[in-house]
Amino acid sequence: MADTIILEVARFSPERDSQIGYQTFEVPLRSDWMVLDALNYIKDNIDGSLTFRWSCRMGICGSCGMMVNGVPKLTCETLIAQFAPGPVRIEPLEHFPVVKDLVIDMDVFLEKLQKVRPWIVRKDDRLPAREFLQTPAQLEAFHQYSLCINCMLCYAACPVFGLDQDFVGPAALALAERYNLDSRDQGAPERTDVLSQHDGIWDCTVVGECSTVCPKGVDPSLAIQQYKLTATKEWFKTWLLPWGNK
Amino acid sequence: METSSHDIVLIGGGGAGLRAAIAIAEANPRTDIAMVSKVYPMRSHTVSAEGGAAGVAADDDSIDEHCYDTVSGSDWLGDQDAIEIFCNEVPKELLRLEHWGCPWSRQPDGRIAVRPFGGMKKMRTWFAADKTGFHLLHTLFQTSLKYTSITRYDETFATRLLVDDGTVHGVVAIELRTGRIRAILAKAVIICTGGCGRIFPFTTNANICTGDGMALAYRAGAPLKDMEMVQYHPTGLPFTGILITEAARAEGGWLLNKDNYRFLQDYDLGKPTPTPVLRSMELGPRDRVSQAMWHEFQKGRGFKGPYGDYLHLDLRHLGEHKIETRLPMVRELCLKYENIDPVRQPIPVRPVQHYMMGGIHTDVHGATPLKGLYAAGEAACVSINGSNRLGSNSLGELLVFGARAGKAAVEYVANGVERRHPNHLLAIALDEERRLEHQYTSSDGTERIAKVREEMQRTMERGCGIYRDRATLVESANKLSELKERAARLRLDDHGRSFNTQLTAALELGFMLDVAETIVHCALNREESRGAHQRRDFPKRDDTKYLAHSLVSRTGEGPPRIDYLPVVITRWPPGERIYGRDH
Amino acid sequence: MPQYRQFQYKAYQPVMSPYWYFDRWPYLKFMLREMSSIFVGWFAVVILLQLNALVSGPTAYANFQHWMATPPVFIVNILSFVFICFHAITWFMLVPRVVARQVLQRPSPDVLSAAPNFGIWLVASVVVALFALRVI
Repeated sequence: MADTIILEVARFSPERDSQIGYQTFEVPLRSDWMVLDALNYIKDNIDGSLTFRWSCRMGICGSCGMMVNGVPKLTCETLIAQFAPGPVRIEPLEHFPVVKDLVIDMDVFLEKLQKVRPWIVRKDDRLPAREFLQTPAQLEAFHQYSLCINCMLCYAACPVFGLDQDFVGPAALALAERYNLDSRDQGAPERTDVLSQHDGIWDCTVVGECSTVCPKGVDPSLAIQQYKLTATKEWFKTWLLPWGNK
Repeated sequence: METSSHDIVLIGGGGAGLRAAIAIAEANPRTDIAMVSKVYPMRSHTVSAEGGAAGVAADDDSIDEHCYDTVSGSDWLGDQDAIEIFCNEVPKELLRLEHWGCPWSRQPDGRIAVRPFGGMKKMRTWFAADKTGFHLLHTLFQTSLKYTSITRYDETFATRLLVDDGTVHGVVAIELRTGRIRAILAKAVIICTGGCGRIFPFTTNANICTGDGMALAYRAGAPLKDMEMVQYHPTGLPFTGILITEAARAEGGWLLNKDNYRFLQDYDLGKPTPTPVLRSMELGPRDRVSQAMWHEFQKGRGFKGPYGDYLHLDLRHLGEHKIETRLPMVRELCLKYENIDPVRQPIPVRPVQHYMMGGIHTDVHGATPLKGLYAAGEAACVSINGSNRLGSNSLGELLVFGARAGKAAVEYVANGVERRHPNHLLAIALDEERRLEHQYTSSDGTERIAKVREEMQRTMERGCGIYRDRATLVESANKLSELKERAARLRLDDHGRSFNTQLTAALELGFMLDVAETIVHCALNREESRGAHQRRDFPKRDDTKYLAHSLVSRTGEGPPRIDYLPVVITRWPPGERIYGRDH
Repeated sequence: MPQYRQFQYKAYQPVMSPYWYFDRWPYLKFMLREMSSIFVGWFAVVILLQLNALVSGPTAYANFQHWMATPPVFIVNILSFVFICFHAITWFMLVPRVVARQVLQRPSPDVLSAAPNFGIWLVASVVVALFALRVI
């Protein structure tokens, strides 16, 4: 194995630039280094102005998502040696505005998240004195969707979101479905107005890449298709059976 | 300067901050809440907690037993009034989380499942597989989204508290995206900024755990408490320091030395049994287990690795199904970061800095001696953890005392706070702005941030490791003074305004150096061995002199001043800590 | 782009290339999968024409068969056949993206959920082949 590897890192400073440029750095190539370790090596030893987010470095906080050779990855759990002999291209996550270098603006996601009401909705405000009973099987029904770390890799992989920023998108829809499927929740009807519209589930064309790139094994595509089925059934009930759902 | 005004400002958006925010919103929906966090709240370090949260749930368990485990775990340095409050309230808090949708692991009949944990005599740790902190944080964050009274200042970096006439009136902060400096005025401020693990080179803590809140309070004149009490978790992965949860041992994992021997039996922690026994062997408290590992290394019974000595955590006998259902994240982390599968191979582990028992001195309502300033979570020290926190007591603590601090702040605000003329505060804010401006623009510095930070971390590891002595502590104190001087001459490559992470790194380094200094001085002053604070030159616990909290305050430019505050004892007089054998 | 002013928030707005689907194979595969519907439509038309020829008598059917053998139609049909196969395979592989599948705790491999479809496809093909070869 060579001793070093070249990184081509996207640079953008709002104060200076109107376009994204690329800068190359040569960093040590070590078998146990993640891409994030290489970026930190640059920041600490070569160019302190290189800007990126990171925090937990154990794949759970969701800060360090970037495009690595064109594929969205959590850089803290992507070994750099797999790209040897390089070069490796590091870019900010696709489809989001770039604040600086590798930092994206994800406000758009937080708006969408709030819109889908990601909290337990109960018809009755009074809470029981003990826990809601929930069997392991009932937990299993929504559990995988609750594993979303909001890292935005799925949005970066979704061309539909790239073309239409109004699309609620994979993570927010999966989280909506997480609450819809939770046996403790009664808020599914309230979420329908956001989910069951063109910008909601019906925008999805089943590219399926959201599920492929998810670092936590969440399957947003499945959530969306499942909800399409639910919405269709609801539609039939509402419009074809006048005595049905209304 | 951008100025905004709220009733209560929270600094930090992790578990404690979010719980406090919700408590305030529920106590009085008309309270105008601001949440200032240097990261998006769901990135906060609560997310990395794995094992669980302790709260009495089973029929054979009692609040008193949880109290006793916590008191003896703390080596009698925990305040027993606070511990009683904590143990009483934590089950209700965990139940709230359940009602808010936290996906707690369940028993077959649908009730909450509990697991054993280190230093606990009964099974009482609620868990969501081994991603408890992650689920707890996301549940709180998502629930907080329904309260419209919460204004979030995401990615806004607090640099200074606005204090006037001994009362806290808000905070100065940098909006990272634009670099704009904001004065955020409030009638009360709650600090929930977590720990400061990044002071140490080898830590489970995230990059953001830089003791910001502790330093903000300390600089504003609030004392810090028991800062010498630094918890080392027995099982971190070598090199990365990534945490392997205590739940791995609670589910039956064994700690082995290079002779494949369960060495904990040699350290008065009980006799090995095939299945785990509570308060025994691998289920001993973290301080004792880490200390035993240190001794194994001294005796040459560890494995030698490129990143220092290590021991083995063996889960193989648990089988794939148990590992997959109870410890999926352990497996995931081992596969990704060590390229080993715990189903087939033992996990290399070594003790790693994990938690600060110490923090901002507060009472049981989260109030600090400074009027208008509250604190909760790891940033605060109530204290329930004393000289050693039991695993799974911290998530409960941030819920109980986050909520209490929130409610106390609401009451404080309701009682009418005399509001200073904003011009007064603005003058302080402008002064801070000038200081930051200087940091942005100065190009005459010579020191690299990373270099000073590394030297600080090495110093802290040498001086404030698992075992300490006077000579190295004095050496560390001197080194820190030198580093503080050098940190005044940092060189920044980035002079831009927008998202200047080098500026924040410089400010964080300043915070860390202040906090590091308090740790070293408190450790130097406490001439006894208790819990996580082990002095080779004073190997015995000394209840006549040190059954007391260290309170450390700033004294201008000189070394910090240390006072002692007696521990509150209610029902459990100091005794021997007994693990693995009968009383 | 307007000049940057101090403290102004000015993010770089990325623009998606009109040829974004050439960037990565999964995207190109997606576009080809969508496009393959045209060929599915073509075969539907072929079947309708065939039925029409069948009911119009032996001469019409002979003409139809002759037309099918002309080089342009033949080439179109070969191409369509390739795309039909692509269509079937990619959609079958999407089954796991569409239906819930939890075997034990882990999601089962994608191929496993798709397998029944491939199985039915194979059986149907064999039956048709037996008919075509006049075995039954």
